[in-house]
Amino acid sequence: MKRWVTVLLLALAIAAFLSPFASSHPDGLERVAEDLNFVQKGEQPAFKLSPMPDYTVGGISDERLSTAVAGVAGTLITLAFAWGWAKWVSGWKEE
Amino acid sequence: MHIPDGFLDVKTAVVTSAASLAALKCSMAKVKEQLGERDVPALGVTAAFIFAAQMVNFPVMAGTSGHLLGAALASTLFGPYGASLVLSAVLIVQCLFFQDGGITALGANILNIAVAGPFVANWVYGFVKRWSDQVAVFLSAWVSVIVGALLTSAELALSGTVPMKAVVAPMVLVHAAIGIGEGIITCAAVAYVRNFFRGEMK
Repeated sequence: MKRWVTVLLLALAIAAFLSPFASSHPDGLERVAEDLNFVQKGEQPAFKLSPMPDYTVGGISDERLSTAVAGVAGTLITLAFAWGWAKWVSGWKEE
Repeated sequence: MHIPDGFLDVKTAVVTSAASLAALKCSMAKVKEQLGERDVPALGVTAAFIFAAQMVNFPVMAGTSGHLLGAALASTLFGPYGASLVLSAVLIVQCLFFQDGGITALGANILNIAVAGPFVANWVYGFVKRWSDQVAVFLSAWVSVIVGALLTSAELALSGTVPMKAVVAPMVLVHAAIGIGEGIITCAAVAYVRNFFRGEMK
């Protein structure tokens, strides 16, 4: 259990210090969509509900800081969500 | 390779969502059976790690990037059922909080990355490990990316977004390159975690 804390710290460090320096080039699917001319079909999200679209935090003008904050927040949200989900499943009654 | 809103038609979105839901239901029952309460922190932390690692796009070829998916990584640690739960959690958070992957394409993204990925990786790993464990980990990661690219291509074609014969070759080609990165990162992460938890995990 204690050792997993080290992995979590590593994850937070990656989110805070590596993700702001990630390549901003389109990924594989985006690249193919651009080359084959259907990328415009995917430019409008169905709902604009995400609080941190494209891993940016509104109100932080520094791009790298904004990505770092979004990354740390996302890492913690994912931790809580996956933890809660796994805990819920592990508590299911035997049928 | 997260599919955004607008790339899939209603039929494809409904079919892939139904398939993902059925697969997740089965995975949750297996997780209940195979993993216990004591594995909960490990599952949570692995999901957090994969979320963070997925943010780090690395360059491949000219003007294109790729990032880890983590299907083989999670599958090596927890088996395919636990892995599909971990990866689905990552995809759901990315979709809801970060607009990464469309909400209408969430079912398809779960199917491609969180369901097909771990099961294919698990099969490849089991098949190759008799010769070399390292090669098995690398290949399972590489193949899981290729299978994701093939499924994505098929879903785009089924939706009438782009013809299969136009999309499949470029998708496989670019993901063959991204898969090399996936393989390297997965090998490094698996070696680290195994070393780290020697004696603690099965």
